[in-house]
Amino acid sequence: MEFESEFMRALMEHLPVVVVTIPLFGGLLTLFTGLIQRGGGVVAWLWSLLVTAAILACASLLLWQVQTTGEQVIYRLGSWPEQWGIVYIVDALNAYVIFTIALLGFMATLYAKTSIEAEVAHDRHHQFYTVWLLAIAGLIGISVTGDAFNVYVLLEIASLTVYTLVAMGGERDRRALVASLKYLILGSIGATFILLGIGYLLMLTGTLNMADMHDQLTQMHARGELAHNRTVLVGFAFLMVGLGLKMALFPLHLWLPNAYTYAPSAVSVLIASTATKVGVYMTFRFVFTIWGGVYDTSEDMYLLSLLACAGIVISSVTAISQFDAKKVLAYSSIGQLAYIVLGFSMVNEPGVTSSVIHIFNHAVVKGGMFMALGAVCLRTGGTSIEHLQGIGKQMPLTMAAFTIGGLGLIGVPMTAGFVSKWFLIEGAMEHGHWALAFVVLLGSLLALIYIWRLVEIIWLRPPLDPKRVVKEAPLTMLIPMWILIGSSIAFGIDATWTAETAQAAARVILEGAKL
Amino acid sequence: MFGLFNYWLAIVIMMIGFYGVIAKRNLLKQAIALSLFQTGVLMFYVSMGVYEKDGVSGVAPVWTDAAKAGPFDNPLPHVLMLTAIVVSVSTLAVAVALIVNIKRKYGTIEEDEILAIDARDR
Repeated sequence: MEFESEFMRALMEHLPVVVVTIPLFGGLLTLFTGLIQRGGGVVAWLWSLLVTAAILACASLLLWQVQTTGEQVIYRLGSWPEQWGIVYIVDALNAYVIFTIALLGFMATLYAKTSIEAEVAHDRHHQFYTVWLLAIAGLIGISVTGDAFNVYVLLEIASLTVYTLVAMGGERDRRALVASLKYLILGSIGATFILLGIGYLLMLTGTLNMADMHDQLTQMHARGELAHNRTVLVGFAFLMVGLGLKMALFPLHLWLPNAYTYAPSAVSVLIASTATKVGVYMTFRFVFTIWGGVYDTSEDMYLLSLLACAGIVISSVTAISQFDAKKVLAYSSIGQLAYIVLGFSMVNEPGVTSSVIHIFNHAVVKGGMFMALGAVCLRTGGTSIEHLQGIGKQMPLTMAAFTIGGLGLIGVPMTAGFVSKWFLIEGAMEHGHWALAFVVLLGSLLALIYIWRLVEIIWLRPPLDPKRVVKEAPLTMLIPMWILIGSSIAFGIDATWTAETAQAAARVILEGAKL
Repeated sequence: MFGLFNYWLAIVIMMIGFYGVIAKRNLLKQAIALSLFQTGVLMFYVSMGVYEKDGVSGVAPVWTDAAKAGPFDNPLPHVLMLTAIVVSVSTLAVAVALIVNIKRKYGTIEEDEILAIDARDR
């Protein structure tokens, strides 16, 4: 008992860093499971499941801690003062983002076993799970750190591991290799632009701590030094282009469709639900926490909302004409990301709330839908239209989950997607732009078309080959799939918890913007 | 006279790399160009740390009598670039590993030929 309370006290004290170190070291240790069994096998999976469960527990504790105390948790690495050392800061916004990543990480790991056994060579599972956990470490690290350069380093950890994970699909389909390389090149250009932007900020303020940067910029602004300062402009421009690439904002989205389509199914689940969301989170931090109130971003926000509108319409139209269901979802992801960007570009409370709430809602819905397609891939060997034809009668549970997820993407009432859109339209009206509300509705209409097209193929058409025997997906896939899809319905019916959490996070963002 | 020379050079190096990434159709050349692009940033950062004011320039930030006495260059950007070098090398390593695998599976590393093969398979 004595020991337990001591342990809990130490854990609570070090919680912000523990959520990163667990997957970091857990990931490296996964490599040694290859010694126990060739390729790690089930041991590697069990170990990863344990690690992700630990992260989920820690992330939940962190969220609980932030919500009950209502204060920032500040953790100084090595006890160095903020200006010199790296500091991890957790507030209502990133506790929520970390929780989302941890939840999806755990669910995707639970799901990965069957899917990875079918899609990745058996002697490489320990390597796969090592990279997998490192990717989760990088994604959570970006969300927790309060140091601008540390963001870049963790971003590269997350990106390099995700490129590798995508390339693991090369054994099934060689196009994954080319998709991964394209992602690598565009991703590295994006990351380098972010690095340049951080360089300009460092030049201007002489510090890397985000809060300190903001203070310095505020003081310079008060002295009137920023009015015609081109360093601010150039730094902002580099950062926005870099972040735009990372979050696949139209027209910087070209890396995304192929990477999502040809990656192994479990990897699609993980990256579709978390990787671009982390880009959005970084944008919140850079635009609102650092630049908020210092640099007039209203014109940039106007541009962002235009790009987001274009993204919603064009990606949805492209999604309609795709022949691979995974590609439909990939294009739909670009559109959904554009909703998130549209939300925060309004810079008012309902808009930003919709943006934050959609990070979670879209992660849950898209994660669940990619899981369903992964199950189809396992049972039929692919996810193109021919594979899906008439499969509804053979895999009813999986396809029901897929269909309910699809309703969530459209934004039908009683699903989580509806809650996001509700806030978004409320934000557009408060903003006074009816045109934006119209684009949101148009996007929903287009989503209805591309989802209905798949639903019709799945449920109403007869199977291409009537003699083909397709079994229902195994339980290890159905359970995480239905937990995600179920929670998307649960949070669609009663959105109190998500809405309150998102509103608290939105207030953190807007507080920075107002100053 | 050469006050901003470093920055110009950094931009030139970056743009050569950027051009290569966009214009070259050979995957290996793209990877090399990407590496060059990232190297330009190193130069940018390192130049940033240099101290120069009223004709007095700083000395290297090494713990010597000269550094104790007068102004010295800011070591922070230099240290940051050690990390950036590691990142850029790992990026190049992953890129080359991918290219090797592409060569194995496709038999070519020319982007146009790969696109043609994919289009034919579909």
